[in-house]
Amino acid sequence: MGELRLMKGNEVIAEAAIRCGCDGYFGYPITPQSEVMETLMTLRPWEDSGMVVLQAESEIASIHMVYGAAGAGKRVMTSSSSPGISLMAEGISYMAGAELPCVIVNVQRGGPGLGTIQPSQADYNQATKGGGHGDYSLFVLAPASVQEMHDFVVLGFEMAFKYRNPVMILADGVIGQLMEKVELIDQRPRWTNEQIEEISGDWATTGKRSNRQKHVITSLEMDSNTMEQNNLRLQAKYNRMKDEEVRYESIECEDADYIMVAFGSAARICQKTVQIARRKGVKVGLIRPITLFPFPEKIIAEYATKVKGFLSVEFNAGQMVNDIRLAVNGKTQVEYFGRMGGIVPTPDEVELALEQRFNN
Amino acid sequence: MTEEIIIAGFGGQGVLSMGKILAYSGVMQDQEVAWFPSYGPEMRGGTANVTVILSDERISSPILHEFDTAIILNQQSMTKFESRVKPGGTLIYDPNGIIHHPSRKDINILKVEGSRLAVEMGNPLTFNMIVLGAFLKAKPVIKLENVKKGLEKSLPERHHKLIPLNLAAIEIGQENLVVVQEV
Repeated sequence: MGELRLMKGNEVIAEAAIRCGCDGYFGYPITPQSEVMETLMTLRPWEDSGMVVLQAESEIASIHMVYGAAGAGKRVMTSSSSPGISLMAEGISYMAGAELPCVIVNVQRGGPGLGTIQPSQADYNQATKGGGHGDYSLFVLAPASVQEMHDFVVLGFEMAFKYRNPVMILADGVIGQLMEKVELIDQRPRWTNEQIEEISGDWATTGKRSNRQKHVITSLEMDSNTMEQNNLRLQAKYNRMKDEEVRYESIECEDADYIMVAFGSAARICQKTVQIARRKGVKVGLIRPITLFPFPEKIIAEYATKVKGFLSVEFNAGQMVNDIRLAVNGKTQVEYFGRMGGIVPTPDEVELALEQRFNN
Repeated sequence: MTEEIIIAGFGGQGVLSMGKILAYSGVMQDQEVAWFPSYGPEMRGGTANVTVILSDERISSPILHEFDTAIILNQQSMTKFESRVKPGGTLIYDPNGIIHHPSRKDINILKVEGSRLAVEMGNPLTFNMIVLGAFLKAKPVIKLENVKKGLEKSLPERHHKLIPLNLAAIEIGQENLVVVQEV
């Protein structure tokens, strides 16, 4: 068993990055995730593993530093909160286009605009439907505990390199500020140049030798026919993710009449709602999407013929509910409940919404 | 066993660190723990509160609408949280600065004069540990030896010389808990 600690979600992002052998972090501070860089600066990983930690002049600069280092086959990451992620959107689209691996953490706050600094999930559409321009998808993980904040940094880098694609960890202010027990992985070494050559040698800009073609990392293609082929290759990759990488947790769904669907900290609240509702004799279950892209549409479609209704619970105006509706395809009732602007609903509030929506 | 606690008072009273020590103590006792602070502009000069959950099972929501125990350290928090104690639950408060004392008939009410006792100890900073002691007397969910370990874990080493003082404050809190109402 690894080392056990009591840590904040934001702090553990930093700790996990160092321990999994990350090469570099580039970021710009913003509430509610400033502890990520703060923790990295306190731990000074450059003295041990040689990991670079750099506060850039802006989010735009950070994401392009990530782009550059990722192009060299390095394991690099950034983190921010909602408005900062919007600033990064162009760079993220470029990285998706150039097929560069990286991990981007978004500890969401209320929006639009500068919004609030309180927890929110209003960037669901931004994370799963683009955010930047062009036909691209990120691999999106939604942690619901401090342990998952840790685990998804490790998993995120694995997925980023498996698919040569940016990975987003879509957290929120609750998970960022929450302290829980976490089991940490043992320190892993950073990849050596030889390992980078072995893993990414067919595309990374590691220095051209005479025995190979030069590697060009770009999202630009002047020829439409070639560009369409690039698009088709990207789409094939996203479809492979849909076939192979869907992750979710289902809680007490087997005998459920109603299923709530919620991710991240909303799912934690709904776990309590399941308990409250079942004490009242209402058979309620919970599906917690762990990957938001690829979305666990198959399991939702399966339950669509068995349950009387779904309730999507989100800290936004109803974004994921649309993906649930697509999966359900009219087979049963789909409702939404949420709060916005940084307000986090309590478990009994969700239970009341469940009663009202389905007239129990 | 699951104990859902809210600790609420002014920023600067040591509310968050008291919660942290409690959470660390839970870890020392092999429990599942969650510590969730109110955060944001309200922290600066205003009220501060933290939810602490100790449990033998996996913890569901860190956001709660009702609590087993409320530890209330100022009037604003009394107004906000008295109604959110579960029926049969426990409210512990420091009467210092309280204008409207708790009036519910369906909960246990206990008090500890933390502010006065801390001044008498000669160190106002021991306030939160006195209150923690009172809580542990009312709800012995954590063994004292694990609180000591929790203190060692949560305090940076340069402050370890203060552990005996903190333990003494906890003891004073335990000795000075007053039962106002039992249900």
